[in-house]
Amino acid sequence: MSPLSLALILILMSTAVAFVASRTKALSLVGGRVHELHSLPGHYGLYALVWCLLPALLVLAIWIAIGPAIVDGIIVDRLHEADPTIGADRLGLILNDVRNYVSGNLVSEDIDPALAKTGEAYRSLLLTGLWGTFVASVAVALAGAFFAFSRIRPDMRARNKVERVVWLIMVACSLVAVLVTVGIVLSLVFEAGRFFAKVSPLEFLFGLHWSPQMAMRADQVASEGSFGAVPLFAGTLLITFIAMLVAVPVGLLSAVYMTQYADHRVRSLAKPMLEILAGVPTVVYGFFAALVVAPWIRDTGGLLGLSVASESALAAGLVMGVMIIPFMSSLSDDALTAVPQSMRDGSYALGATRAETIRSVLIPAALPGIVGAFLLSVSRAIGETMIVVMAAGLAANLTANPLEAVTTVTVQIATLLVGDQEFDSAKTLAAFALGLVLFIVTLSLNVIALRVVRKYREQYD
Amino acid sequence: MTDTGQRNDWASDEMQRRIARRYAADSRFKWYGIGAILLAMGVLVLLLGSIIVTGIPGFTQTQVRLQVSFDPEQFGGSLKGKTPEEVDAAIAAADFSGMIRTGLQSIFPDVTQRRDVRDLTDLVSSGARQKLAQIVREDPGIVGSTVEVWLPTSDDVHTIVNGSMERDVAESDRRLNDKQIAWLETLEKTDSIRGTLSSDFFTGGDSREPEMAGVWGSVVGSFWTLLVTLAVAFPLGVLAAVYLEEFAPKNRWSDLIEVNINNLAAVPSIVFGLLGLAVYLNVMHLPRSAPIVGGLTLALMTMPVIIIAARAALKAVPPSIRAGAMGLGASKVQVTFHHVLPLAMPGILTGVIIGMAHALGETAPLLMIGMVAFIVDIPGGISDAATVLPVQIYLWADSPERAFVEKTSAAIMVLLTFLILMNAVAVLLRKRFERKW
Repeated sequence: MSPLSLALILILMSTAVAFVASRTKALSLVGGRVHELHSLPGHYGLYALVWCLLPALLVLAIWIAIGPAIVDGIIVDRLHEADPTIGADRLGLILNDVRNYVSGNLVSEDIDPALAKTGEAYRSLLLTGLWGTFVASVAVALAGAFFAFSRIRPDMRARNKVERVVWLIMVACSLVAVLVTVGIVLSLVFEAGRFFAKVSPLEFLFGLHWSPQMAMRADQVASEGSFGAVPLFAGTLLITFIAMLVAVPVGLLSAVYMTQYADHRVRSLAKPMLEILAGVPTVVYGFFAALVVAPWIRDTGGLLGLSVASESALAAGLVMGVMIIPFMSSLSDDALTAVPQSMRDGSYALGATRAETIRSVLIPAALPGIVGAFLLSVSRAIGETMIVVMAAGLAANLTANPLEAVTTVTVQIATLLVGDQEFDSAKTLAAFALGLVLFIVTLSLNVIALRVVRKYREQYD
Repeated sequence: MTDTGQRNDWASDEMQRRIARRYAADSRFKWYGIGAILLAMGVLVLLLGSIIVTGIPGFTQTQVRLQVSFDPEQFGGSLKGKTPEEVDAAIAAADFSGMIRTGLQSIFPDVTQRRDVRDLTDLVSSGARQKLAQIVREDPGIVGSTVEVWLPTSDDVHTIVNGSMERDVAESDRRLNDKQIAWLETLEKTDSIRGTLSSDFFTGGDSREPEMAGVWGSVVGSFWTLLVTLAVAFPLGVLAAVYLEEFAPKNRWSDLIEVNINNLAAVPSIVFGLLGLAVYLNVMHLPRSAPIVGGLTLALMTMPVIIIAARAALKAVPPSIRAGAMGLGASKVQVTFHHVLPLAMPGILTGVIIGMAHALGETAPLLMIGMVAFIVDIPGGISDAATVLPVQIYLWADSPERAFVEKTSAAIMVLLTFLILMNAVAVLLRKRFERKW
């Protein structure tokens, strides 16, 4: 058992003891007359529990978060001392080998003695750290328990203190959402910044040629790799456009039909059907696109005498459109049902048919909501990954022909990062730059869409 | 009122035609709507239908009946009374391919040329050796006897037998040559070929051989991953929702948090993969391909969904409950945790299950954190290398062998079954515990 899980078990056990002991102490101080206590007996137990558990868990968390990085740092320093000329990439390789050595992942029979020596040093440092954390966390737990236990008096405001902690935990939890956003922005900006140090942002945003393969060694004969992302953006837009051609009319019309024409029976059949369509994982859509739709389009194109790439943008776009239909439909559904009945009644009273009411009253009134739905759908199509990874191509062609293969931003992110990576090559970092663009574009679409929808709600409510 | 001086004659032909036109337009419009729904329904049927049709053979395994003699010479004598270690060593040294070859040659004694023998043994899966090894391991006393066993055939035989590959096409167009087809037909005539439900598919891990590949490894991987996701996202999401709904003052900060959560719910999943890669792998050095990293990544993605669902459920609890509890002297925290939260729990759980179902189907962020490795072993915990069901589907869909197409569809059917089960539980929960106040 690792020292950390042992520590966790000891901490939990002492927490249980502290809870029971403090609760008993509070009760015995007043001789069992609960009404003489400020708070309920359980609150005194919880007070001790908080003091025993939380600081100790914090110590464990700190080690898990930064411990291995500290050990890495020490080892790197030592390697540097031994050989000041060592390069950063070489250091990374050695460090990787050392980690593999320690975790026993090294398959090769003959291990370099120098590596073994560093590995043993790494292992002993790691163990020292682990046992240090063990001692520290258990000590903190016990100290907390004794502190809380010694402070228990009948008039202590245990409930208020415990509730304060509960409140703090809840605030922390809701701040995690903000932290995640900050984390996304920071990690993308940081890695993209390293990329832009190698490749100029202008070349990235406006270059017309994308071929990220780079020579692994300086003396290798290979192209430098070029990072002009325009073909990617164009491919993304082309596939998104095709998807919207499917999703917007079908989604909107089915929403109109379900809110205006369908009776209860049809709705109770069509709604779950759309929900199933929405619940199908994207990897399944991707497989469907590659297995059924793409060959079908290629064969049909062949019959008509057109040459269709087997990974055509059309196939990926059509299937993506189908994926977005339920999304578009349910959002437009919300927008249409939010239009007040009085507006519809007014239109009917003037003698308009249902279709005329829908076209000239309902849809204009619900337009902001529908535009919001459209923008959210576009953002979804741009960010969708699995369908395009499985059904669109890898070649970065700059074309507007839907029968040719194009590639998208998400496909490139996925292919650049799947497999083994060197974290200082422009090729890997390019994925983060693409991710940053993707994040900015989808975020702005979402913000605009939510704005539009919110503004519209104020109008009628 | 001013009279326009001109009155519409509603009975005139022109007016009637006009009304008929308008009604026709109305009914056309209605049919557009019906068409849209039928189109969506048709695609759904096509999607599910094509997966079921291609997937059903994926659950089966084609097997060939062979007389295999476990020659004691191969095992260094009888294995009776040997310790398990000795048995394992003997099994490791034994030539099971030779036993299969001998078994096949006893059916086709006239096949002697090296090439033909190789073609003949190619009919049997290379995974058949592990099957024989397993038989010996389970019953070491079998050594020395000749037994009849059913062994898995290669994937090429499987696709020919179940008809997903044509057998009467030109020799160059199929994976088996004419001789192999002839042998196969001889075997079929003597009832030595059968198709059964593949236990390897349900209990095995991934394999390079389609006939030996199974989903169990990835199902277990999905289980561990979702366990981590649930353990992180559920408490975080519910506590955040409780704070925002019950405690937070309405000010700029809570507005900011709310906008944040709504935006996070719409961030593309692959971006969460990039975050997981940058933070969990590069900064915290958590193990690659492990369920703990996958689970933590999916937790960040699921959390906003849970928060939104939980807030809706908390909002549905009427204020009178809060007022009543407060009137009896409960503190704000007590009101929330003793009364409001338990009443909202069914609604919250429904949202959580739907969020988990989304996480179960998610693939893209897991590609980023290395869960695409080829993993044969069944993962035993949250830090073992593992893959998950949707990623397994992606990997198989990428494999060139024809037989992996049906395995992919079969795995999709397994995934969809889990999703349907989870959603059914959510619906049931909603039906069973939904309250009208």
